[in-house]
Amino acid sequence: MRPESMNIFDDLRGQNMVVLENAKQSGRKVVGMYCAYCPQELVLAAGAIPVSLCGTKDEPIADAEKVLPRNICPLIKSSFGFAITGKCPYFYFSDFVIGETTCDGKKKMFELLGQHKPMHVMHLPQGADRPGALPWWKEELSLLKERLEETLGVTISDDSLREAIKLSNSEQLAIKELHDLNKFDPAPLSGLDLLTATFMKGFNVNKLEGIALVNKLIGEVKEVIEQGGSPFQPDTPRILLTGCPVGIGSEKLIRLLEENGGSVVCFESCSGYKTLDMLVDEDERRDPLEAIAERSLKIPCSCMTPNEGRLDLLGRMIGEYRVDGVVDLTWQACHTYNVEAELVRGYVKDNFDIPCLHLETDYSSSDLQQLKTRVTAFIELLDKRWT
Amino acid sequence: MITVGIDVGSITTKAVLMNGSAWQSTLRPTGYSPRQAGREVLDELLDKAGLAQADIDYIIATGYGRITLDFADKAMTEITCHARGAHHLAPGADLVIDIGGQDSKVIFTDGYGNVTDFSMNDKCAAGTGRFLQVMAAAMGVDVSELAELARGMEPVQISSMCTVFAESEVISLLAEGVERGRIIAGIHRSVANRVVAMAERIGKGELIAFTGGVAKNEGVKEYLAKALGREIVVSPESQLAGAFGAAIIAREKLLKAR
Repeated sequence: MRPESMNIFDDLRGQNMVVLENAKQSGRKVVGMYCAYCPQELVLAAGAIPVSLCGTKDEPIADAEKVLPRNICPLIKSSFGFAITGKCPYFYFSDFVIGETTCDGKKKMFELLGQHKPMHVMHLPQGADRPGALPWWKEELSLLKERLEETLGVTISDDSLREAIKLSNSEQLAIKELHDLNKFDPAPLSGLDLLTATFMKGFNVNKLEGIALVNKLIGEVKEVIEQGGSPFQPDTPRILLTGCPVGIGSEKLIRLLEENGGSVVCFESCSGYKTLDMLVDEDERRDPLEAIAERSLKIPCSCMTPNEGRLDLLGRMIGEYRVDGVVDLTWQACHTYNVEAELVRGYVKDNFDIPCLHLETDYSSSDLQQLKTRVTAFIELLDKRWT
Repeated sequence: MITVGIDVGSITTKAVLMNGSAWQSTLRPTGYSPRQAGREVLDELLDKAGLAQADIDYIIATGYGRITLDFADKAMTEITCHARGAHHLAPGADLVIDIGGQDSKVIFTDGYGNVTDFSMNDKCAAGTGRFLQVMAAAMGVDVSELAELARGMEPVQISSMCTVFAESEVISLLAEGVERGRIIAGIHRSVANRVVAMAERIGKGELIAFTGGVAKNEGVKEYLAKALGREIVVSPESQLAGAFGAAIIAREKLLKAR
């Protein structure tokens, strides 16, 4: 049985567009972002609405390829295509766009995108283990703060930042609680539903309403658990999905895994658990910018070197979610995740002795059959009910 | 207990009927209709064995056309089936190299036919039977003649793995007057090296079984053995490995259900 609230989540993206348009008309400012490193706390503190910009569908890629090289990742091409064709309403409504240097393709793409919207690119350090990394990143946050104040004509006070931190933290805690419910076996939520509910965060205009909705869903999922319900049969292989971020439109791998006998119980990606697992320190005596900087530098993204935090998180999740196998997804031409796949594979094999499948694909359906063979074979290998 | 395994490959459809320890097999080109090819090999087997379809206890379909066979009791991937089939044909094999018409795969097993890890080529035809077919056509020979023509020849370097680019490369080499046998040897070596790179990413097998249609090519086999530094077992029935595996798994399933 599917929780009733999921129907609301299904339609949310479209509905929020109307809410956003109304908010715009009443004078609210909108700030578009692409990445987990982008501090939504600063946007909230500026009294603006933070939104995630579209970039998870195949549809606008052909348009992007008129400008961008073909052999870069689908996420960059999709984001750019959505923006230049006006097909992403969130980009269209944005007064300001924040980019970040998480990869070479993205940072150069942002230079082209800057021709379409006022934009600011945050410069990330290459890793978090150098003494200069935190001061550098904090400095980048104050630079962004200045740009936001200047562009939106507002002042961001420490108090408003502290309030925004609390709001963001509570949103994150709610989504994390939802994820954690999938530690039950069999999982009460399908991977696809978990993704749909999590994805809401990026385009939810009213944060409090969004949090309330997630809490409502949590209540329903708890009922599902109490009644022993699940979209899966007992003993369905439990799979952890890691690697590049997945969104609505690029969920083909989750579909394939679940349609062919698996249960995607959790996501270790920046669209999933990777960013849910740590909060910004709410200590009132601290400089709020430093607290935000500290938190986001802990995100174990493959753009960082070294990135041991990802392996630690993977290990914890493998244990806590009691997964039978790990699937590591790389979007084509995402070099950092592609190379890191070798570390993930070794780590999973050496420490947990469970199978790990690395797949490289894009948003298109051109390789569905080949992917299906790999995915099905992987599930046949995990499925104790058969062998 | 009678079981059937049908492996509908992109080029050839293979079927094995097992009745206790006795078995029969048949194969035919897949053609444009995988569904029809699957039906035809089954009818042929039934004919050979003098049986009716109702006498068959369980049918497993595998290969790229596996889902089109609605008369099968179950569909399973060629990865699982090849591993089990290779174990039957080469007992104890823990690394199975399967090069078929449109895919090449390396499959690691526990030595008892159960998959522990695998890798598969990209979606293109590089290093597959199709690749060899296209190259053979570019040189005006049949794919079955390749190994003989390349015997003892010093391989020329073939740099391109893309089927279309490699075809241009072969045509350029022919135009330069390079001996055909040397080009073919180069092609064999490049197919082997690609699979070796895939295998060595995952591990090192002790006993290697080579299956799929390309296993019939002595040239590819030799370069594989050379690059991997180990002996490679090619059973006379290696092309039937997937169908064998499917029939065996069907049998095991029935035995387990008892």
